[in-house]
Amino acid sequence: MTAIAPGTHVEAHATGSHPAHPPTNTGISNEKLAMWAFLGSECLLFGALISTYFLYRGRSLVGPTPKQIYDIPYTSVSSFVLLMSSLTMVLALAAIQRGDQRRLRIWLLATALLGMTFIGGQVYEFTSFVREGLTLKTNLFGSSFFVLTGFHGAHVTLGIVMLLSLANLSARGKIPQEKSEIVEIAGLYWHFVDIVWIVIFTVVYLIPSPGLHVH
Amino acid sequence: MSTQAPSADPSIQDQQAEHGLHPTEATYIKVAAILAAITAVEVAVSYWHGLGDGIPPVLIILAAIKFSMVAAYFMHLKMDHLWLRRLFVTGITLAIAVYIAVFLMFGVFQNRIHA
Amino acid sequence: MATVLEPPALAPPPPAPESVVSPFRRPRTTEGFWGWITTIDHKRIGILYGVTAFFFFLVGGFEALLIRVQLAQPNGTLLSADAYNQVFTMHGTTMVFLVIMPLSVAFGNFMIPLMIGARDVAFPRLNAFSYWTFLFGGIFLYSSFVLGGAPNGGWFGYAPNTSVTGFLPGRGIDFWILGLLILGIASTVGAANLVVTTLNMRAPGMDLFRMPIFVWMSLISQMLTLFAMPVITVALFLMLFDRFFGSAFFDPSRGGDPVLWQHLFWLFGHPEVYILVLPAMGIVSEILPVFSRKPLFGYPVMVFSGIAIGFIGWGVWVHHMFAVGLGPVAVSAFSLTTMFIAVPTGVKIFNWLGTMMKGSLKFTTPMLWAVGFIAMFTIGGLSGVTHSLSPSDRQQTDTYYVVAHFHYVLFGGSIFALFGATYYWFPKIFGRMLDERLGKWHFWVTFIGFNLTFGPMHILGLEGMPRRIYTYDKSLGLAFWNMVATIGAFTIAIAVLIFLYNVYRTVREAVPAPQDPWDARTIEWTLPSPVPVYNFAEIPTVHSLDEFWHQKYTEDEEGRLVKLAEQPPPAVDLGPDHGIHLPSPSYWPLVASFGLPVIAYGIVYGRGSGASYVVSVIGALILLGGLYGWAFEPGTEPEVHEPDHAEAIPALVGAGASTAGELEAGDATAAGGSGEGSGSGEAPGDTASDEEGDQ
Repeated sequence: MTAIAPGTHVEAHATGSHPAHPPTNTGISNEKLAMWAFLGSECLLFGALISTYFLYRGRSLVGPTPKQIYDIPYTSVSSFVLLMSSLTMVLALAAIQRGDQRRLRIWLLATALLGMTFIGGQVYEFTSFVREGLTLKTNLFGSSFFVLTGFHGAHVTLGIVMLLSLANLSARGKIPQEKSEIVEIAGLYWHFVDIVWIVIFTVVYLIPSPGLHVH
Repeated sequence: MSTQAPSADPSIQDQQAEHGLHPTEATYIKVAAILAAITAVEVAVSYWHGLGDGIPPVLIILAAIKFSMVAAYFMHLKMDHLWLRRLFVTGITLAIAVYIAVFLMFGVFQNRIHA
Repeated sequence: MATVLEPPALAPPPPAPESVVSPFRRPRTTEGFWGWITTIDHKRIGILYGVTAFFFFLVGGFEALLIRVQLAQPNGTLLSADAYNQVFTMHGTTMVFLVIMPLSVAFGNFMIPLMIGARDVAFPRLNAFSYWTFLFGGIFLYSSFVLGGAPNGGWFGYAPNTSVTGFLPGRGIDFWILGLLILGIASTVGAANLVVTTLNMRAPGMDLFRMPIFVWMSLISQMLTLFAMPVITVALFLMLFDRFFGSAFFDPSRGGDPVLWQHLFWLFGHPEVYILVLPAMGIVSEILPVFSRKPLFGYPVMVFSGIAIGFIGWGVWVHHMFAVGLGPVAVSAFSLTTMFIAVPTGVKIFNWLGTMMKGSLKFTTPMLWAVGFIAMFTIGGLSGVTHSLSPSDRQQTDTYYVVAHFHYVLFGGSIFALFGATYYWFPKIFGRMLDERLGKWHFWVTFIGFNLTFGPMHILGLEGMPRRIYTYDKSLGLAFWNMVATIGAFTIAIAVLIFLYNVYRTVREAVPAPQDPWDARTIEWTLPSPVPVYNFAEIPTVHSLDEFWHQKYTEDEEGRLVKLAEQPPPAVDLGPDHGIHLPSPSYWPLVASFGLPVIAYGIVYGRGSGASYVVSVIGALILLGGLYGWAFEPGTEPEVHEPDHAEAIPALVGAGASTAGELEAGDATAAGGSGEGSGSGEAPGDTASDEEGDQ
C-alpha cells in the first residue's frame, strides 16, 4: 500500500507557498529537530569553553584578576537585558502564532534591540578591561575570558542578524501564520544563547574567584 | 496553536492532543519576572561573603533553575516531544559529566593557597 | 505479476525558475558535469563522497609507502626528519578525516534513505554542502604541501610543540588547524542531517527496532560526531588563538597547561575512533546474515551494545594519556572504564559468530571481508585490552605496539568492512557486479599484506621501537621486522591495484547486475540496480525487521527455511516520466561552501600580513551570500502539476522540478564524469550517447 514518505518535504523558508508539514516519525518537523540536534552539539562547545575558563581560575601568574576588574552591577544589568530579550522573543512567537504580523515585527525588533544593547554592553566592558590592562595575552584569565565571552558574543550577533532577517521577511509578507515555526526555531537558538549566558554569568562573574596563582 | 507537525503514529497523536496549547502571554511574563528575581538573588548571594564556600553551590543551583525555566517554558521543552528533551539533555549531561572529570584531574576542587 | 505503471504524457516543461537573489537561473538539469556539480541527490552525493574518499585513500596509502620505504632499513635516506614529520602527520590526518569518516558517510548517505524507505535525506542541499565542504577542506589541507610545507605536528597535534609558532616554523600547523575546522563543519552539519533523517523519515511501520543494523550504527556514530566535533573545534580555536594572538592557553610560562590540549583532543579523539568503527560494525552486521542465510544473532543486544559503546566511549579518553603523569587515581579509573568498554565490543563479536554458526555460509567477496573484519578486529581489540592495563600500557605507549593496535582495528577493522561494503553494495549503486575472482584475489593479497605489515609491529613495539621516529640505528636490532613490514605494505599496494583493475574492468563491461544478486534481507534490495532517482516507486510499509527477507521466505514447523510460493514482484522502474516530485538541484551549497577555504587562506596568511584578513572577509561574504541564496530558494521548485499523477503516484510535498527527459530513471552516466574511477553505471537499456547532446 502506498503512503507518503515521512518527513520528505521542502526545506523550510519563506518564499512561495507550502503545504502543511507532512508527517514525521517523531511528530516534530525536520527543521525543529535539526535545531535541537545543533543545540545539543553547542552544549559541548560552550561546555568546553566554560570548562577551560573554570579550569584556569586562580592560575594566572600576573594580574589583573577577576576580582580587580569585574563590575558586577554593570554586568548584572547586561544580563537582565539579555534575559528580557528571551521574553520579547517568546512574545514575538506568540504574536505570529495568533497571526499578528505587526506585533511579530515589534517584538522581533525589540529582541534584536535588546540583543544589540547587550552586545554594546559587552563591547564597552571589553574595551574598559583592555584599558585597565587585561587583554587576551595578559594572562590566563584574559585569554579564557575573552575567548569565552567572545564566542558567546559572536553567537548573539548571528542571532541578531537572524532576527532582523525575520523581521524583514515578515514586512514582505513572507511569514504567514502557518509558517510560524521558523520564528519558533529562531527563538530556540536565541533562548539557547541566553541560557549559555545564564551559565557564564554565574560561573565567570558571580562565583568568587581566587586571586593569582602562588607556587 | 501547536506548531508541531502532525504525526503519523497514533500514539504520538495522542501525546500531541494532551500537550495542547502553548502557555499564555501572562505565563511568559510571570516566568520572566521570576527569572529577574532569581538573578537579583544571585547577585545578592555573590556579595554575601558570610556564606563562604557555600556561595558556588548556591549560585549553581540558582543558575540551574533559571536554565531549566528558560528551556522548559521559553523553549517549550516541557510541552514538547520526548525526543527533543532527550537530544538536549544528552548533550548537557555528557558535557557536565565529561568536564567534571577533567576538573577532577586538574585538581580544581582542591583547596589552593592564594594571593 | 509485476505491475507496470504507465505515467501519462506530461505537458512541456515550464521555463527555468528565476532565482530571487542571483542573476543565474536555478539549475534544472541532472545531466553531465553541471548535473553533478549541482546535485542534491543523496545517491550522487554518496558516490561523490566515496570516490573522493577513495582518492584520498590512495594518497594516504602513498604516504604510507613513503614511510615504509624510509623505515625499511636503518638510517634510511629517502625522507629527511622534517619531510618524514609531514608525511606521517598527513598520513594519519588523511586516513582518519579524509578516508574512513567520509567513506562511512558515503555508504550512509547512499544507503540510509534506501534502508528506511525514504526518498532522500532530511536536508538535501545541506547534504551537498557537507560534501563540497569536505572536498574543499581536503584540498585546502593538501595545498599546504606546495605552500610552504604540510602540517608536521602529528595527527594529534600536541601542544606546546604546535601551539608555539617557533617550535614548528612555517604555516603547516595553521593549515592543519583551519583544515580540520573546515572538515569539522562538514561533519557536524552532515551529522545533524543524518540524525534527523533517521529519526524522522522512516517509512510507515519502520520502527526503530525494525531498522537495519547499519542504520542504527550509523545513527549512533553520527550522534557521536555531533557531540564530539565541538570539543576538537574548541581545542583548535584555543590553539589558533595561542599561535595567532598570543593567548596563554597552552603556555606554561603564563600558567597554561599543554595537558589541557591533550584532554580536549582526546575527549574528541576517543569518541572519534568509535565514529570510525561503528558504521563498519554495522556493515559487517548486514553482510554476515545475508551470506549465512540467517538473521543477525541477537539484534536487540547488538543495538544496545552499540549504544553502550557510544556512551562508554566518552569515559575512556584518558587511556591515551596514561604516561602523562596524571596520578594513580585517574589512571586506575580510566583503566577500569577501558576494560568495561571491551564488554559490549566482545558481545558483538560473539553475536557475529552466533550469526554464522549453523548458517548456510557462502564465502563471497563481501563475506570474506566481513569475516576478515571479525578476525582482525578481534586481534586489534585484544591488543587494546592489553593497553587498558596501565602498567603494561606504560611499556607499550608511544611504541610501535600501539601502531599495530590501531591499524588492526582501523585497517583490519574499518577498511576491511568498507571494502566489504563496496563489493556488497556495488551492484545496487552502479548496476554492475564487481568480479568475484578478482575480488577474492584482492581480499587475500590484502589479508596477507596487511598481516605482514602490522603483525611484526607488535614485536617491534615490545622490542622498544618508538613511534614517530624517522629512522633508527642498525644496532637496535629492528631492521628485520621493519623490512618485513615494508614488504607487507607493498603487498597491500598490489592488492589495491587488483581492486582498481577490478573496478576498471567492471566499468568497461556493460553486464547489468540483477536486482537482488545476493538474495538479501533489507529493503534497498527491493529496488532496481542501479537505484532510480526517486528511490521507491511506492513508499513501502514495513512489517518486520529484515522486511525483504520475510517477503521471500518463511519457516516451517521445524524452523527450516521455506521459499514463499508468491515471491515479491520484481522492482518497478518508472522510467524518465515517473512524475515523482523531488527536491531541485542547486548551486548555492557549492557557493556557500567555497567561502570556507577562502576564509581559511585569508587567516593562514594573516599571521604574516594583516592585510590578508581582507581575503577572509571576502570569503565570509561568499559564504553569507551563498547562505542567503540558499535560504531564499524553495527546496523544490513549483511546477505545473498534472492531476493524473496525483492518483497514480503518491504526491510528495509541494511541486517538483523533475522535468521530463532530464531525470533518467537510472541516473545515467555523467557525460563528463568528475573525479577518479567514475563508477556511475548505466541503467540497463540506456545508451551513453543519448545524453551527449543534452544541456
